[in-house]
Amino acid sequence: MTTHVPGDALVSLNAVNKHYGQLHVLKDINLQVRKGEVVVVIGPSGSGKSTLCRAINRLETIEGGTISIDGKVLPEEGKELAQLRADVGMVFQSFNLFAHKTILENVTLGPIKVKGVAKAAADKDAMALLERVGVGHQAPKLPAQLSGGQQQRVAIARALAMKPKVMLFDEPTSALDPEMINEVLDVMVQLAKEGMTMIVVTHEMGFARKAADRVVFMADGQIVEDATPEEFFTNPKSDRAKDFLSKLLTH
Amino acid sequence: MDVILENLPLYWNGFLRTLFLSAVSGVIALVLGTLLAAARVSPVAALRGFSTVYVEVLRNTPLTIAFFFAAIVLPRLGVKFEQFEVAAIIALSTYTAAFIAEAVRSGVNSVPVGQAEAARSIGMNFGQVLNLIILPQALRTVIPPLINILIALVKNSSVAGAFFVLELFGYGRQLANANGDAVIPVLLGVAFFYLLLTVPLGILASTVERKVAIAR
Repeated sequence: MTTHVPGDALVSLNAVNKHYGQLHVLKDINLQVRKGEVVVVIGPSGSGKSTLCRAINRLETIEGGTISIDGKVLPEEGKELAQLRADVGMVFQSFNLFAHKTILENVTLGPIKVKGVAKAAADKDAMALLERVGVGHQAPKLPAQLSGGQQQRVAIARALAMKPKVMLFDEPTSALDPEMINEVLDVMVQLAKEGMTMIVVTHEMGFARKAADRVVFMADGQIVEDATPEEFFTNPKSDRAKDFLSKLLTH
Repeated sequence: MDVILENLPLYWNGFLRTLFLSAVSGVIALVLGTLLAAARVSPVAALRGFSTVYVEVLRNTPLTIAFFFAAIVLPRLGVKFEQFEVAAIIALSTYTAAFIAEAVRSGVNSVPVGQAEAARSIGMNFGQVLNLIILPQALRTVIPPLINILIALVKNSSVAGAFFVLELFGYGRQLANANGDAVIPVLLGVAFFYLLLTVPLGILASTVERKVAIAR
């Protein structure tokens, strides 16, 4: 898995810094993600990996440095930011499906309201996406009627409906019961195979091995290692990573 | 009780005036209050500041002051109106809007923050997030306090009677003056007609509350 798809960086973070009060959560982060690349971000909790993921579509503001998507620097607020966000799909730990909308409406709302797609076309696309993630028959239900795994797959379909350039996953399986984790990971592996650019914050090492082009290891707000999964899991260089991996294996 | 039956047309007239005052002020207050709540949660600091000051000033001063401003101060500032009803509607709606803004704001805060984040992440702007995602979900928690505020509005409209507006309470006072021997029945009649407005509101509240319930 060492083959990198050639091309310029689709997502580029340069010297990104952020504080939460006294806590320096992101310290001089530099990260380039090319088109078609799957980057898995791992690290102990509190290492800043979720913050990093959320900063990429400006759900978290940053204090220093720049983040650019496909060559465009993230705008501060307003219309340009909304437009840029439409190009960046986001999948949350807690799914965040719109609780008052049906599964189908959850997926069609963005295309219809943000992109101005006609309802019939949006419905057709949405049904195809829902079928693809295996929840087509749930279309008329409300989110609360679905299992966590199903909800998360709908959330992936909702993000894909905007035809994003890159997909961000913020611990997508952390809130799921163990038996539902695989159904979500399978969808993500499939997506990775199809060439989607993905940044995935996760604790699923199996996914990292299987689907990642690069593993980024974060600790204390810094990127400590940036390597292929093979390299990272068999021969971690830093003590911090060795320590982290050893703790994973003992349980 | 004869005094009520004999003056039924007068009561009915007062009832309709109160209904009119409450309905018009209620609609204006709902719109204004929702806008104020939106301003309160908006990303623009100036809007947030304006909304906060407005709500704090209006809800922490007596309604009578609002009436004095609308009926006496506004005309001196050059805002003229033909009827005192207009002043009453201005006072009632601006005053009630402050309470509605607070109720709507608490409803907005009751919607999990992830809903807004998900909406923003698919490219929605502030207005879309609020109108399509947050407010429809906030409605459920907001209905009961909102109806309470509207019930208070119906009763508050009686203050207009002191400012030359003839509504239910104003007519009641006239009747009481004219029928010194039957003050208690007259006032019971007034109370009855107020209940005719407020009790259905309460019933409406519980019906709507059940209908808009959202499972989570």
